[in-house]
Amino acid sequence: MSAPAVLPADIIREAGALRRSLAAGFREEVVTSLYGEVERVSRRAVRDEGARPLELDQRIDRIVTSRWLGLPLMLLILAVVFWLTIIGANVPSAMLAKALFAVEDWAAAGFTSLGAPWWLTGFIWHGVFRGLAWVISVMLPPMAIFFPLFTILEDLGYLPRVAFNLDYLFKRAGAHGKQALSMAMGFGCNAAGIIATRVIDSPRERLVAILTNNFVPCNGRFPTLIMLATVFVAAAFPPAVASLVAAGSVLAIVVLGAIFTLVVSWVLTRTILRGEASAFTLELPPYRRPSFLRIAYTSLIDRTLFVLWRAILTAAPAGAVIWLLANISIEGVSLATRVANALNPLGWAIGLDGVILLAYIIAIPANEIVVPTMLMVYMAQGMMTELDSMDGLRALLVDQHGWTMLTAVNLMLFSLLHNPCATTIITIYKETLSAKWATIGALMPLALAFIVCFLTATVWRLLF
Amino acid sequence: MAADAHACETCPMHTEMAQLGSAVGGFDSVIALAGNPNTGKSTLFNALTGLKQHTGNWPGKTVTRAEGAFQFGGKRYKLVDLPGTYSLLSASDDEEVARNFLLFGRPDCTVVVVDASALERNLYLVLQVLEITDRVVVAVNLIDEAKRRGIAVDARSLSRDLGVPAVPIVARTSENVMGLLQEVANVASGETVTRPLRSKGTPEFERAVTRLVPMIEAAAPGVPNARWIAIRLLDGDASVEEALTTGRLAELVAKQQTPDQRFSRKIALQGAQ
Repeated sequence: MSAPAVLPADIIREAGALRRSLAAGFREEVVTSLYGEVERVSRRAVRDEGARPLELDQRIDRIVTSRWLGLPLMLLILAVVFWLTIIGANVPSAMLAKALFAVEDWAAAGFTSLGAPWWLTGFIWHGVFRGLAWVISVMLPPMAIFFPLFTILEDLGYLPRVAFNLDYLFKRAGAHGKQALSMAMGFGCNAAGIIATRVIDSPRERLVAILTNNFVPCNGRFPTLIMLATVFVAAAFPPAVASLVAAGSVLAIVVLGAIFTLVVSWVLTRTILRGEASAFTLELPPYRRPSFLRIAYTSLIDRTLFVLWRAILTAAPAGAVIWLLANISIEGVSLATRVANALNPLGWAIGLDGVILLAYIIAIPANEIVVPTMLMVYMAQGMMTELDSMDGLRALLVDQHGWTMLTAVNLMLFSLLHNPCATTIITIYKETLSAKWATIGALMPLALAFIVCFLTATVWRLLF
Repeated sequence: MAADAHACETCPMHTEMAQLGSAVGGFDSVIALAGNPNTGKSTLFNALTGLKQHTGNWPGKTVTRAEGAFQFGGKRYKLVDLPGTYSLLSASDDEEVARNFLLFGRPDCTVVVVDASALERNLYLVLQVLEITDRVVVAVNLIDEAKRRGIAVDARSLSRDLGVPAVPIVARTSENVMGLLQEVANVASGETVTRPLRSKGTPEFERAVTRLVPMIEAAAPGVPNARWIAIRLLDGDASVEEALTTGRLAELVAKQQTPDQRFSRKIALQGAQ
């Protein structure tokens, strides 16, 4: 016994007819009665024992969201977080590098003494393992410091205040004020930031937020920025202020990223995503005491180890690829050198070099491995250097491979602006269900990176 | 075990509760966690499942549907943490995730988590949820914070007015979470029969709804909440009309049975971060 088929079109027609038969404004009646109900229920249940607003909260908010102090205070907090990350990560990074490279030497020697063929020892220990060692020593310490600090701010309730402070700027750019929240998530991971844009209800503004999330440097790119800021920018200053200068230059890059976000949002909302910024409400929750045990767990186990694991998964094959490229030669010249040489003119034009571009191509699956990849290609090309200190690193890059301040600055810019990693591009596709937006999300930042770096390189060369 | 719900605070329930993490297979009932943004749904979810869904003190933290499991009183429950939403009519993607599950996921019990300090504002969602399901328990969370502000919520009065159990809790410290679970278990099993407060429309309106509901049930067999769909159609909601004509409605219903697959759970974890 099946019911007589009812077509959806019939139902909609019927609903339309019924709607017309109902008194105009029938819904308002229902809604009004709902509001009345809520008020009555709530009045009866809430015992007001002399309700007092959270005075301390209000006093704090008057400062952190004030017109004049809000933004400078936010920058100061960020600067402190970066500074703590940089000074805290320096020593553990060097120790990890030293220990892991000692393991590499020891294990490679062991392999050789056991009679393993040179290519096996090289592939496993100087390829795969070295890739891992770099990623762990460069990434682990900064992340283990940055994530907990950031989570403390988040648990305190500072993020909505940031959104409040930046709302005015986003509105001017034609974008949604909640974009500040997805940007904050982007610091951890751009793919996460893109998923976080779901809180934006206007599809147009959500797309703006998705396409510009890349201009927040994710944790995969932070180590690159920190390393360059420490080894190059800060090294030009006396040691007493070096860490401050390093934190300042990382902050400058982050601020530059925010400026690019606003400018690109502005351009998008006046070209392909035209429209006005929509109004929204955002609650400023009370400040709450962070629970430190939980923070330690979530930021160390969930975030740090998860991100590190992802980096390791991509670093191991990347290490293998680099070793192969460096050890397979055609007419006496290794593949790595051939590719790097072919990319050199393009690299030079944007103030970088062929090896850096090669590293970026190998690192498309995950930004985390750019620096390790680059260093491994350099080392495979030249003579081996002990890289257990920042001075050794500086010597390798400056003395052997002709790096200048321009290379460092442009690499920071390129790192900030270039295309998102493969995971992020896939996330853009999944969230927008559009190959077009995923493509734009990948190519627009890349084009911008090339243009900006080309301009700075050209201007630099004219000036110096 | 027909325990008196009010005696549960003294009985040794702790021995009967177990966090099952993400082992959601073979459950007896499905429990949904709904509520306004930043009322502590994810905190409660973590306390019950032992999972480490990311929480944070800002509205909009959870944008996906997270699933976990726990055991209570010898039964296994699948717990679904939903993004916060102020209303079932709003349209951002995260709120749609919550709405679709509440409407079409057939939870055996929906726990609406409300912020004790802002009860009135939180009650709109409660009443909207009561419109679509009888099986509701209201968790009045953050009572400690409310107390500091000089606000006390009488859960008994709330429970009497709403016609469903209301339980005061502090999710952060797991205070009275056992009492909440007992109410949830009773509602999910049908032991507690609720009489949800519902606003009646005009008689003509009710007649129109009654006329549409069987038509919808015939056109889309097995679709839960035909009444809600009928009301939306009377309102001229274009998205519901479209879902009905394109057959996306059936798809939506089916989708609620599988985990949120739009991206990997891992990214959801660190990324609802």
